[in-house]
Amino acid sequence: MSKIIVVTSGKGGVGKTTTSASFASGLAMRGHSAVVIDFDVGLRNLDLIMGCERRVVYDFVNVINGEATLRQALIKDKRLDNLSILPASQTRDKEALSKEGVGKVLDELRESFDYIVCDSPAGIERGALMALYYADEALVVTNPEVSSVRDSDRILGILGAKSKRAEEGAEPIREHLLVTRYSPQRVDQGEMLGVEDIRELLGIPLLGVVPESEAVLQASNAGVPVIHDSDSSSGQAYADAVARFLGEEVPMRFLEPEKKGFLKRIFGT
Amino acid sequence: MSFIDYFRRNRRKSASVAKERLQIILAREHADRDGPDFLPELKRELLEVVSRYVEIDLDQVNVTLERDGDYEVLELNVLLPDPSPRKRAAP
Ligand SMILES: Nc1ncnc2c1ncn2[C@@H]1O[C@H](COP(=O)(O)OP(=O)(O)O)[C@@H](O)[C@H]1O
Ligand SMILES: [Mg+2]
Repeated sequence: MSKIIVVTSGKGGVGKTTTSASFASGLAMRGHSAVVIDFDVGLRNLDLIMGCERRVVYDFVNVINGEATLRQALIKDKRLDNLSILPASQTRDKEALSKEGVGKVLDELRESFDYIVCDSPAGIERGALMALYYADEALVVTNPEVSSVRDSDRILGILGAKSKRAEEGAEPIREHLLVTRYSPQRVDQGEMLGVEDIRELLGIPLLGVVPESEAVLQASNAGVPVIHDSDSSSGQAYADAVARFLGEEVPMRFLEPEKKGFLKRIFGT
Repeated sequence: MSFIDYFRRNRRKSASVAKERLQIILAREHADRDGPDFLPELKRELLEVVSRYVEIDLDQVNVTLERDGDYEVLELNVLLPDPSPRKRAAP
């Protein structure tokens, strides 16, 4: 039975697209077939993060409108055989994402993929609501910052009230907290909310912590999801999160600041 | 951490301020979310009526609906400023 995973947050710029690209890649690296869909109509950028922007011919809205078949619109990932990308349209209006249209496309995708990862746009408007409506699982991407935590909390309210599962009184969406852009140094100095505080405030189980890392920018420059950079802390953190999602017990990492030498500690950097 | 930071340590940490603020914001938003649909509107209208007589702001009005066995209790708490600046004589 295939699963629909929404990557959501309310707030923009917290790492949803970075997470969608790496998470879908991670699932494919583990041998599952996966597709990742960009719901950000008008502002697509998942194709850039996945490095397939030059192969976009048709998009999600073309498929919904019957102007292209799914086969025509899906782009095969260059690195992973069992991973595909469904890009968002660049120009159409957001109303193009109808509940019925999205539902039909997802049903068709369920026939050939184990996991369908939905990269949600920011906000709580149509695109974001459609990205989460059909979800079975939700990755709630949160930064250690007040506005991000509050927006995540609002999204949790929407997942529990406006999703298909909520409307039908079915088993609720399984929610997972993914804290990203985390800086253990600053948490240590009392300047940043700690992961335990965030978990307590939002009240959902923690799937992983992705540290703030330069590798993410480099990965986006190159168009290679950061999970492929297995030397980087953020790449490793995403691989851990995928493993936990698949039921493995993996201890949390990157929660402590890197140890500095004695002199550095006294005199600062 | 530098020397200067070391001596600043006793200052209240901003992260704990952030947490406290979030606890309050989320509690208020949950109360609105979990209450009946009309609660926010009711709150607005009550505020409108009360502010005809005294100057208050939204934070000073607390409306909750609680279940108490078979009853639902609508509780209205209005914190009046002291001394309350009356806009006009009470009727
Ligand atoms: N762990 C991280 N470390 C450093 N930069 C990050 C990290 N995660 C995301 N970013 C950066 O933050 C910005 C927003 O990320 P993005 O995934 O596009 O967020 P969203 O999709 O939520 O708007 C991008 O510039 C990205 O490179
Ligand atoms: Mg995005």
